[in-house]
Amino acid sequence: MTTPYLEVRDLQTHFTTFGGSRVVKAVDGISFSLREGETLGLVGESGCGKTTTCLSIVGLLPPAARIAGGEIRLAGEDLTKKSPREMRRIRGRKIAMILQDPMASLNPLFNIYTQVSEPAYYHLGIRRQSLRRRVEDLLRSVRIPSPAMRMRNYPHQMSGGMRQRIVGAIALAGGPKLIIADEPTTNLDVTIQAQYLDLLKDIQQETGVAIIFVTHNLGIVAKMCDRMAVMYAGKIVECGSVRDLFGAPSHPYTKALLGSMAKLGSKEPLFAIPGQPPDLANLPPGCAFHPRCAEATQHCSEHEPKIVPCGQDWTAKCWLAHPKESLRHDHARA
Amino acid sequence: MRQFIFRRTCYSIVTLFILSLTIFAVVRLTGDPALLMTEPGARPEDLARVRALWGLDRPWPIQYAHFLLNILTGDLGTSFNYRMPVSELYFERLPNSLQLALSATLLSFLIGVPAGLLSAVRVNGAWDNIGKVVALTGLAVPGFWLGLVLILVFSVWLAWLPTGGKGDWRNLIMPSIALGWYFAASLLRLTRSSMLEVMRSEYIKLARLKGLPGYVVIAMHGFKNALVPVLTLAGVNLVVMVNAAVIVEVIFAWPGIGRLLYEGIFQRDFPLVQGVVILAGCMIVLVNLFIDILYAYIDPRIRLTK
Ligand SMILES: Nc1ncnc2c1ncn2[C@@H]1O[C@H](COP(=O)(O)OP(=O)(O)OP(=O)(O)O)[C@@H](O)[C@H]1O
Ligand SMILES: [Mg+2]
Repeated sequence: MTTPYLEVRDLQTHFTTFGGSRVVKAVDGISFSLREGETLGLVGESGCGKTTTCLSIVGLLPPAARIAGGEIRLAGEDLTKKSPREMRRIRGRKIAMILQDPMASLNPLFNIYTQVSEPAYYHLGIRRQSLRRRVEDLLRSVRIPSPAMRMRNYPHQMSGGMRQRIVGAIALAGGPKLIIADEPTTNLDVTIQAQYLDLLKDIQQETGVAIIFVTHNLGIVAKMCDRMAVMYAGKIVECGSVRDLFGAPSHPYTKALLGSMAKLGSKEPLFAIPGQPPDLANLPPGCAFHPRCAEATQHCSEHEPKIVPCGQDWTAKCWLAHPKESLRHDHARA
Repeated sequence: MRQFIFRRTCYSIVTLFILSLTIFAVVRLTGDPALLMTEPGARPEDLARVRALWGLDRPWPIQYAHFLLNILTGDLGTSFNYRMPVSELYFERLPNSLQLALSATLLSFLIGVPAGLLSAVRVNGAWDNIGKVVALTGLAVPGFWLGLVLILVFSVWLAWLPTGGKGDWRNLIMPSIALGWYFAASLLRLTRSSMLEVMRSEYIKLARLKGLPGYVVIAMHGFKNALVPVLTLAGVNLVVMVNAAVIVEVIFAWPGIGRLLYEGIFQRDFPLVQGVVILAGCMIVLVNLFIDILYAYIDPRIRLTK
C-alpha cells in the first residue's frame, strides 16, 4: 500500500463574520486521504462546506475565512504552514483546480494560447517554440480540434463545452499531481457533460493524476470515482470505496442521498431528504443530522458520534455504526 | 468592423443636426444682439440697419437654413464682436484649451488611476480610506472655489505662482489642478470600483489558481480588464474639459475656448456661440467614435463580432 499523496487531518476552516460575532464552521474537523492516481468524490448538499474544503487545500480562502486547525499534508509537507509565496509555487504546479463556471473563468481579453501557456511559463520555465508546442499538445489532449489555429482564438469564440475543456488544459499545463474539480460540469448539458467526464477519465489514465471531484450528482460519483466522502454540515459523515458505500451505506444520510438519486427508467417516486441543512453557526447538539434522520434515537440528539471504522478503508460517523459495547459504555458514562 | 464604424457615423450626424437646431434656437432666446452692437439709445432705424446687415431681420427658418448650408461648406459665420470668422477665432484659441485640458487630463490620470488601483488592491486599508476622502472632496468641491483658494494661497499669500494669464508652465499649474481635480476624483472612483469588480471575477480566481505572481494577476489579468471603462471616461473627460473649462478659464484669465464662449454669450454674439458649440459637438462626437474604435481594439469581443 502506497502512502497517500494528500492527507487532510482534522481540518477546520471557519468564517468569521459580523465583526467576529458569528463564526461559521464551514469545515469542522474533516480528515481524508488520497493516493496518487486515485479519484475521490466529495458529495453533500449545498452549503455543507465542499468548496471551502477545496479552497483550504489550495490556500485561496476568501478573506473572512481562516484555517483554525488541522493539517493538510501534500507528499508529506504541511500546506497550512506554507507562506503565501510557497503556496503560489504549489498552485498550478502541484495542485490545479477547475472552477465551476467555464464561461466566467477564462479572461475575456486574453487569447487561449496566453491563458493555457501561463502555468507552464511561470512554473516550468518553458519558453517560445517549446511553449507553443506544449500548448498545442495540451489542447490536443483535451480534444480541441486544430489546436494551432484555435489557440489564437478568444474565449467568446468558443462553445461552453470547449471552454470547459480549455479550463481542463489550463489545469494540466503545470503538470500537477492533483486536480481538484469543483462541480466542473453543472453548467454543461448532459451529452457534453458525459464527454467531459470521459475526457477527464482518459487524462487521468494517461497522466496518473489524482482527482478530487466535488459534485451533487451521485451518478457522476459512481461513474468517475474510486472512493467517496459524504459531507454533512462541515463534517465527513461517511467515507469509503464507492462500491461499499453504494452497496451497503452505513450512515442514514448516505442512504438518504442514494435514495434521492434519480433512477433512470424507474417509476419510483424520488425520495427527498426532509428538512433543511442546519445553520453552520448554530449546530444542533449531538449528531448534526439527527433532526432529519429517520433512524435517530434519543442518544443521537445528546451525544456526538465519533468516527468509527466499518470495514476495510471505510469509516462512518454515526451511532448506528458504533459497536454495541462502546454504545453501552458511553451510555454508562453519560 | 466597417459596418460598425458606418453605423456610428450615421448616429453622429443625427446628433450633430439636433445639436445645431437646439443651439440655434437657444442663442436667439438670449435677446437682441443689435442692442449691444449699437450705442445705448440708438434710433430704431439704426437698429434695423444693424439687424439687416447681419441678416437678423430674416425669418428664423431662413436664418437656420443659411447657418446649416454655411456649416456644410465649412463656414461658421463671422463674429459680431470680433468681426472675424468664427473658425479663425476658434482655432486661434484651441491650442490654449488643448494645452490646459491635456495637462489637466494627465494630472487627473496620474493621480486618479494609480490611487484607484491602490485603493482597490488594499481595499478597506489606510490607502483606501485616504482615497475615499480624496474622492469625496474632489467631487464635492467645485472647481471655481478650488481655483479661488489656490489663487489666494499660492498667488496672494505665498506669491509663488501668477494669478492668471498665459505664460510659461507656472501659469498652467493652478488651472490644471482646478480643472483636473474633479476628474481625478471621478477617475479614482471608477478605477477602484472597476478594479474591485474585476478582482472578484472567476477569471481572477483562476489566475490565482494557476499560481501566477501577484503582479501578473493584478496588472495583467486584473488591470487590463478594469481599464476598459476607465479609458472611456478619460477620453470623454478630455473633450469635456476642452469645452467646459469655462469657469476655470475665466477665473485664471486663460485665453481658451471656454472664455471665448463666455464672452460670446455675454455679447450675444450668435455666430460665435453657435460656432463654438457646434465645433465642441463635433469634437465630442469624433472622440467618442475614436474611443469606440479603441474599445473594439482592446476588447476582442467587440472587435470580432461587429
Ligand atoms: N464568504 C463567506 N462568508 C461567510 N460564510 C460563508 C462564505 N462563503 C461560504 N460561507 C459559508 O460556508 C458554508 C460552506 O460553503 P461552501 O461554499 O463551502 O459550500 P458548498 O458545499 O461548496 O456548497 P455548494 O454545493 O452550494 O457549492 C456555507 O454554509 C456558507 O454559508
Ligand atoms: Mg461549492
